[in-house]
Amino acid sequence: MTLWDTTPWLVWSILLPLIAGILTFLFRRAAPWIGIATALGSAVSVAGLTAQVMHSGPLRYSVGGWGVPLGIDVRADGLSVLMLVMSAVIGVAVSVYAAQYFSDADAADEHADQAHQRAYFWPLWMFLLAGLNGLFLAADIFHLYVTLELLGFSAVSLAALAGKRAALVAAMRYLLVSLTGSLFFLFGVAILYAAYATVDLTALAGSVLPGPLAWAALAMMTVGLLIKGAVFPLHFWLPPAHANAPAPVSALLSALVVKASFYILLRLWFELFSAVVTPAAGTLLGLLGAGAILWGSLQALNQSRLKLLVAYSTVAQLGYLMLVFPLARNADSAFTAWSACIYFVLAHACAKTAMFLAAGNIAHAAGHDRIAELDGITHALPLSVAAFSLAGISLIGLPPSGGFIAKWMLLQAAISSGEWGWATLILAGSLLAAAYVLRVLWHAFTQVEVARPLHRVPRTMEWSALALSLLAVLLGLMAAQPVKLLHIGAPMSVHAPGQL
Amino acid sequence: MTLEPYLLYALAGVGLFAIGLYALIVRTHLLRQILALNVMGSGVFLFLVAIAYRAEPVADPVPQAMVLTGIVVSVCATGLALALAHGVQATTGKIVLPQSDESGA
Repeated sequence: MTLWDTTPWLVWSILLPLIAGILTFLFRRAAPWIGIATALGSAVSVAGLTAQVMHSGPLRYSVGGWGVPLGIDVRADGLSVLMLVMSAVIGVAVSVYAAQYFSDADAADEHADQAHQRAYFWPLWMFLLAGLNGLFLAADIFHLYVTLELLGFSAVSLAALAGKRAALVAAMRYLLVSLTGSLFFLFGVAILYAAYATVDLTALAGSVLPGPLAWAALAMMTVGLLIKGAVFPLHFWLPPAHANAPAPVSALLSALVVKASFYILLRLWFELFSAVVTPAAGTLLGLLGAGAILWGSLQALNQSRLKLLVAYSTVAQLGYLMLVFPLARNADSAFTAWSACIYFVLAHACAKTAMFLAAGNIAHAAGHDRIAELDGITHALPLSVAAFSLAGISLIGLPPSGGFIAKWMLLQAAISSGEWGWATLILAGSLLAAAYVLRVLWHAFTQVEVARPLHRVPRTMEWSALALSLLAVLLGLMAAQPVKLLHIGAPMSVHAPGQL
Repeated sequence: MTLEPYLLYALAGVGLFAIGLYALIVRTHLLRQILALNVMGSGVFLFLVAIAYRAEPVADPVPQAMVLTGIVVSVCATGLALALAHGVQATTGKIVLPQSDESGA
């Protein structure tokens, strides 16, 4: 056993950003470097953890050696490792981008705001990363509540970072909604404790039985998470909050923060309450997802501002995640649907980060993000428009992108269990996504001879967007590895036919 | 059948939660909405304390620890919410959220 094998990496992945949050607050001048170093360090811990989980299966670690019921445990299985890898990769790319974004001297018009944003972005982002990693590793539902709040507070503060009227209003609404969601969740935790006298996920999974208390807890927690996860029709707060934030923040909120709620939903529905959920409840969530896909895509088509379009596209894409609940009812296709949705989360995270970063570059160069006036932007920013297009390919679900594989697996699950309605919906959503992505590109590629004054965009900002969009496309070619990782600790049998 | 004391407190907690939720939806003044969230929170805390009280012969410490953590969280939440509400008032001149603001200022 080497030191690499025995280090409790899962604790380090939480501790590092937590320490860095304090350091970046104290040493503002060095904050970008501390931030990037921590993102890398966190990625190394996640790599160590991945190796451990792949080698010896699901892990559990008692922090401080206290153990249940007094102490706090953290645990990792295939699903949590995959989520951690996602936040590590996105985290490194966004940190590199943000270091340039917040320090660029000729950054648009806001001189005073710039220093303020630079000072607070790094500590908040580090706390966000700590909350996120803690959430993916939580082993009990009360710990989930605490990390959810930690995540929510830093996300709201980041959304307010721009300090303008629209951003503050959006952040205020986001906070009210987020707190309501958390309180619903906490009430669910209290009900479960009242009924089963434990908050441990594993212990609860073995003992929760159908009954009024279990139904009440499931309903409260699900409603809370649907609010926080911006699932249609509770999505109203998301587009303004995501669109009015600085570009790196929009990327983090859209790619990572909303996924945290979905991750908890997965844990609850497939592990904790697997004996309680009914097919009708799954259908209900699926219908909400259908509403999100249709409404979000149509709204995206309707927007005149690029960042709002990308934010509404998040609403639509989150709808796809809800399809796991109706599609996983059939035991044969359960694993396919479950892993398809998790793959969807990964592909969407990469593509949406790339898209928001590219949109940030475009807005930075042009000084605005009105889609109709982006004619000829391709000449000025070929790399960013390329990143936007590649991310679009994954969002639409064209081969060989990650989005394609995810949708393909979803379709497979739908067709093999004879759910033609859901299959049609998946395809219709792709057409709508194609429409709103092409609408932007149509303007961007228009040839015009007007030489508008454009701000210079630093190379690293263009390259980090492009790198993530390439990753989103390449995810389609390396699907086998993540799916194999998902076998570790999967809550259902994994014998599914037609595996990749 | 007599109503057990803990059940009375637990039901009162549920009632507080419902009152807070009602106010959060109906009221538009930001201070009232923040207060409403605090009332909802108190409802959950009362519910948890009622569960702890149920144990014999001494109260169960786990829900009490949760309430303590919850109070810390809710103080932070209230602080953040007040700061944001102040910002909203400073930039819009009103202490209510505008109805539609998606296109931004």
